[in-house]
Amino acid sequence: MDFPTDLLLNAVLSGLLLGGFYTAVTLGVSISFGMLDIVNIAHPAFIILGSYIAYIVNSTLGIDPILTSFVMFPVFYALGAAVYQVYYMAFERRGQESLRGLAFFFGLLFITEVGLVLVFGVDYRYVNAAYIGPSLPLGFASLPLRLLIPCVIALALVAALQLFLSRTFVGRAIMAVSQDQLALRLMSADPVRIKRIAFGISIATASVAGAFLIIIQPVEPSVGREYIGRVFAICVLGGMGSLPGTVIAAMLLGIVESITSTFYGPSWSPAVAFGVLLLTLAFRPAGIMGR
Amino acid sequence: MSAPLLRVEDLSKRFGGFVALDTINLQVQTGERVGLIGPNGSGKSTLVNCLCGVLRPETGKVHFDGKPIEALPPHARTRLGIARSFQLPRPFASLSVADNLRVPLLYTVNARPGPPLAPEQLDARCAELLQLVGLADKATHLPRDLTQVEMRKLELARAMAAEPKLLIADEAMAGLSHAEVDDILALLIRLNEAGITIVLIEHIMRAVMGFSQRLIVLVAGRKIADGDPQEVVRNPEVERAYLGE
Amino acid sequence: MRTRTFLVLAVGVGLLIFGASRFVHNEYYFFASYVVLQYVVLATAWNILGGYTGYVNFGTAAFFALGAYSTVAINKLYPIPIPALMIVGGAVSGIVGLGMGYLTLRLRGAFFSIATLALAVVLQTLITNWDYVGGSRGAYTIPPMKVPLIGPYIEYLFVIMLGLAVIAVVIARAIEHSRLGFGFATIRDDELAAEASGVPTLRLKLIATSLSGALMGMAGAPLPYYVTYLDPASGFSLAYAVNSIAMPLIGGTTVWLGPVIGALFLGTIQQVATVTISSALNLLIVGLLLVGFVIVAPNGIVGLVQARLRRRGQP
Repeated sequence: MDFPTDLLLNAVLSGLLLGGFYTAVTLGVSISFGMLDIVNIAHPAFIILGSYIAYIVNSTLGIDPILTSFVMFPVFYALGAAVYQVYYMAFERRGQESLRGLAFFFGLLFITEVGLVLVFGVDYRYVNAAYIGPSLPLGFASLPLRLLIPCVIALALVAALQLFLSRTFVGRAIMAVSQDQLALRLMSADPVRIKRIAFGISIATASVAGAFLIIIQPVEPSVGREYIGRVFAICVLGGMGSLPGTVIAAMLLGIVESITSTFYGPSWSPAVAFGVLLLTLAFRPAGIMGR
Repeated sequence: MSAPLLRVEDLSKRFGGFVALDTINLQVQTGERVGLIGPNGSGKSTLVNCLCGVLRPETGKVHFDGKPIEALPPHARTRLGIARSFQLPRPFASLSVADNLRVPLLYTVNARPGPPLAPEQLDARCAELLQLVGLADKATHLPRDLTQVEMRKLELARAMAAEPKLLIADEAMAGLSHAEVDDILALLIRLNEAGITIVLIEHIMRAVMGFSQRLIVLVAGRKIADGDPQEVVRNPEVERAYLGE
Repeated sequence: MRTRTFLVLAVGVGLLIFGASRFVHNEYYFFASYVVLQYVVLATAWNILGGYTGYVNFGTAAFFALGAYSTVAINKLYPIPIPALMIVGGAVSGIVGLGMGYLTLRLRGAFFSIATLALAVVLQTLITNWDYVGGSRGAYTIPPMKVPLIGPYIEYLFVIMLGLAVIAVVIARAIEHSRLGFGFATIRDDELAAEASGVPTLRLKLIATSLSGALMGMAGAPLPYYVTYLDPASGFSLAYAVNSIAMPLIGGTTVWLGPVIGALFLGTIQQVATVTISSALNLLIVGLLLVGFVIVAPNGIVGLVQARLRRRGQP
């Protein structure tokens, strides 16, 4: 029996594209968990929220979901800033973030999912856009546009964010706040304000990721839970807070998942990410690019 | 000459690219009073953390009481006889002041071979320690009701409760008044006379000079001096480290 | 109050409740009470790890479902009485808790929590793919109609769960007043300082995780008999995770009474709500209460009462 190289190559390629999408999904957590040390397990809930908003606008006004998501960027930013403010006042300030902060985000995750079920029901929702059907033929393989376009935009978003973090004052302050809050204060930047901005950006990326999600697959409220594992697996594997690391880890996970799905069936996919996470935590918690 | 109580060989610790400790070699004899000084960021607390097992050094060996302890977790080292007070006090916030002292009694003293202390003996020991540091009237209070100074005393008392052979006091006197510094010094000297070896990490030179039989100086992760306090203080390298060129 | 006295009192209360139940003839109350008692066990079990040591377990469903599926697996070989099934379920969950703890408890608390989420998903996937216990199609368990001395089978299940609830509460309180509980509290307050004081934190955390997991497994063991049809989706339902976190946090995490109050309060509300409103809305309320309490009343109902008493006590 000849080795199914075609199948394997296709799996690897779609894994790479999937990895691009996973990068967008994880970006927010790389900021909130990797840099700010906030265990926002509700991040997938914000992504799903983004998906549903894109769905509503698309089905009523016919507007492209990715366009919608960028328009919603500031709204999600404000939402993120508000959530951080509550988190800070109620937990971080009182030193209670480990138990109660976690429970808070878990509650948010839960409320979002159940709320969406109440409003939209459990039917799968999808969007319509010109690039969802066709694929780009590339020699022996064909790249589905609905995977390719989010991947490309996601990588552009990461590049933009990396520039922001390394070139602007606010960006560098965000990098600094994770390492030394006192020094930051001495630089006359308010750590709380910096964290609020960072968390706002983190949630804003969820808007875009949500649009990508509903382009790539149909969405229903519980889909978010599948992504908790992926998001934290990638964040940890990528070395927490390292954006290049996030991209690499996302690609790796995408490939592993894609291969598993092609050869062993899709029902094992949710377990793959979590399995990767458990293994990483057990054997190399610093991740690939970890400090 | 008997074997040293604490022997540190070629200890190095890195954080990523930053070298916090560079090949530290030092010894502490039983019953000694050693002072450890150095500018901020010189690696003193990192050294303490490596000795106590909070951090794993990249290279080096640590021997305590003749046994190698590099592989031991912090609680095992405490049970062997190393106790430390934290530079920034870390009390158990939900336990009363007296109960804070009960923890090392229950988990260190009672965990050592030999008959465990009975509840009345535990209570008596707590009261005794509180009396020693002047916190007897705050026994039932919570740590959040204490002043900064009182928290430092609690920190010290908690280390003492573990009945150590070696006590590492990490800047236990910061923020104390002249008289309070003298109190703590007298306390430490009394402990030393009772047989406890003490390493005092301090910035208050008066205290360190008066207390130490030997002075070790750490600068930028390296040991640059180790000897008689009066001589060490006159060492030009030490002067440079503290006063600049 | 000594533990032995408390044990006698708890058993006494249990017997009283049992005695009172003999006069109830509407089976619905037994069905509802079983669920509430189950939550008393789950909330108490969760709190041993979460409230006492401060490590948050999001994977209650994993340990709970392991107990349930142990029952399904064993029943296919040879049916044994429920108490024996509970011991097996408890052992399986306890061992899994120990193993997972060993892998993840040396890391930060946040990683442990995420790992518990991972465990729930991985286990659910494994069981969904394991045809021996029915896989995604589910498994049927037909209980006998009546049990000698007690009557309808549901009343027997009720008694079992009542007994387990008493055991769980007594264990929780015994821990609170022991050296072990003291150690747990230091881990919660400041793990670094605890280690420096001689507390073997890893060992204690492993004990808490195993015990907590075992109790959850024991609570899950009778489930196949209660629902008669068990599939992974319901066994691993998110409702278990949310409730076992919400109940102790709303009731109060520092004392055994907190999870009990939380379970009675939330459990009863949900039983009433499921009948009157949709189950999704019901869960939404739980979520909102959780977030609300965690922000506004971090010490739960017990904390609110304690604060009120303290204020009254001052002149």
